[in-house]
Amino acid sequence: MRYLETVVTLTYEPSRCTGCQMCVKVCPHAVFDFADKRAVLADRGACMECGACARNCEAQAIQVRAGVGCAAAIITGALTGTEPSCGCSSEGGCC
Amino acid sequence: MSETAPSCCGGSATGSGCCGGPAAALPALVKAAYLDGDVTTLVGPVPRVRTSLVASDRRGTIKARLGVGRMQYRVAPGLYAVGEPGASAPVLVTANYKLSFDALRRELSGRHAWLLVLDTKGINVWCAAGKGTFGTDELVQRIAAVGLDQVVRHRTLILPQLGAPGITAHEVKARSGFRVEYGPVRAADLPAYLDNHHQATAAMRRVQFNITDRAIVVPVEVANGLKPALLLAAAFLVLGGLARDGYAVSRMLGTGLFAAGGIMGAFLLGAVVGPLLLPWLPGRAFALKGALLGAAGVAVWIARAGFGVSMGDWLSLSAWGLLVPSITSFVLMNFTGASTFTSLSGVMREMRFAVPLQAVAGILGVGLWVAALLFGAGRSV
Ligand code: SF4
Ligand code: SF4
Repeated sequence: MRYLETVVTLTYEPSRCTGCQMCVKVCPHAVFDFADKRAVLADRGACMECGACARNCEAQAIQVRAGVGCAAAIITGALTGTEPSCGCSSEGGCC
Repeated sequence: MSETAPSCCGGSATGSGCCGGPAAALPALVKAAYLDGDVTTLVGPVPRVRTSLVASDRRGTIKARLGVGRMQYRVAPGLYAVGEPGASAPVLVTANYKLSFDALRRELSGRHAWLLVLDTKGINVWCAAGKGTFGTDELVQRIAAVGLDQVVRHRTLILPQLGAPGITAHEVKARSGFRVEYGPVRAADLPAYLDNHHQATAAMRRVQFNITDRAIVVPVEVANGLKPALLLAAAFLVLGGLARDGYAVSRMLGTGLFAAGGIMGAFLLGAVVGPLLLPWLPGRAFALKGALLGAAGVAVWIARAGFGVSMGDWLSLSAWGLLVPSITSFVLMNFTGASTFTSLSGVMREMRFAVPLQAVAGILGVGLWVAALLFGAGRSV
C-alpha cells in the first residue's frame, strides 16, 4: 500500500554520506538502497517519517520532520496545543 | 522484539497508563508465570524467563488485543536470562509491554541469551520509540542500572529494528561503550537472524500491514470508538421520536431505532470493513477511502431496499447519503494511527481537506434528517 507521497519531508545529502549503511538497516520501508559505497534514495515516496534514519545517521546526511502519522494524535495535539504525540490521552486510543 | 502486528496504535492501547494512572511496576523478582528461577551472575541473581507461553499468558494476550484490562499489561524493566546464558551470550533489548516481551521470549526456546527490558511504560517498541521512551537515555541508564558490563564480556546489543526511531546508535556507543545492532522487525525472524551471523534479509527489515495485521488491530479500534458511536446513536434514537405533531415513543422505536442502527452500521463499516478492505478501497487518503466506502454502503442499502423508498423520502435519503460517508470517512481516517505506513505530513494533508468536509456533511446530514422528521412524507427512514 502506498500513501500520500508528495508531501514527504525527507531530504538526503549524498555528499555527506560515509557509507555506514545504517539508514538502509533501520528503514522499515526500504526507502534507502546502497550502491557505490553510498546510500541512495530508492523510494522516497514510501517514507513514513518515522525518523529512524536521520537519528541514526552519524554523518547527518539525512533530515526529516519525524512524527506520528496518526489522525487522532493530530486532533488531540490541535485541541491541547501540543505536538502530535502518541496516545497519552486518557482514552489511550491512538499510538 | 516487536509483536507480530507492530502497529503503533493498535498494539499499544493496553499500555495507555503512560501518562498518569497507577504505574504498578512489579518488584524485580516477583513470582510471575513467565519466570522460572534465577541464574547467578557477578551482579547477583537474574530471573530466568520461560520460553513457552502458558494459559495465563494467552488469556492476557487476548484481553490486550480486545482492549480490556488496561494499565496492567507490563513486565518489570531490568535484566532477564533465557536458558543458561554466559558472558558471551547475546543481549536482546525490548520494551516492557508484555506482548513485546512474550513475542520475544517465545522465539528463544533452546537458546541462551540475556534480555534487557527497558521501561517504556507498558508501550510496544515502535510506539515507545516514537514517543522516545524506548530511547537512548533509557537504554544507557538501564545498561548501567543492571551492571550489564559485568554480566557480559562482549559489547554488543541487539535491538528490534522498530526501536530505531527512538535510539541514536552512535550516541549509545559513545555513552555506554555498547554497540547497537538492529535486528529484524518481527521477533519471529529472530532465530533466523541469530543463526545467520546476525544478518537480516531485506524482507526481515520491511514492515508489513497485511490483512492479518489489520484484523488484529480492528478490535482495539472498535473498542476505542465504541463510546462516542453509542452516544451518537443514542442521540438519534431519542430524536427519532420527533414529528410535527409532537413526540411519540412509537416513532422513537421505529424511526429512532432505525437511525441508531444506521449510525452503528456506519461506525462498524468504517472501523471493521474499512481496515479489512483498505488496499482495495480507491484513493490513498484514508478519509477518501472511508467516504467512498460509506457511499457504497448507502448505495447497497438502497439497492437492497429494491428502490422501494419513495422519492417522498428524499430528505432522509440525502440525510443518510451525507451522514454515513462522513462517519465512515472520519472513522477510517482515524485508522491512520494503527497503520504502519502513514506519515505525519500525509495525515496532516488529508485532514486539511477532509475534516472540514466531514464536518459540513455531518451537520448538513443531521439537519436534513431532522427536517425529514418534521416535514417528511409521513414515513421516515
Ligand atoms: S546512515 Fe548516513 S552515512 Fe550511513 S549510509 Fe546512510 S546516509 Fe550514509
Ligand atoms: S524516516 Fe523512517 S520511513 Fe522515512 S526514510 Fe527514514 S527510516 Fe525510512
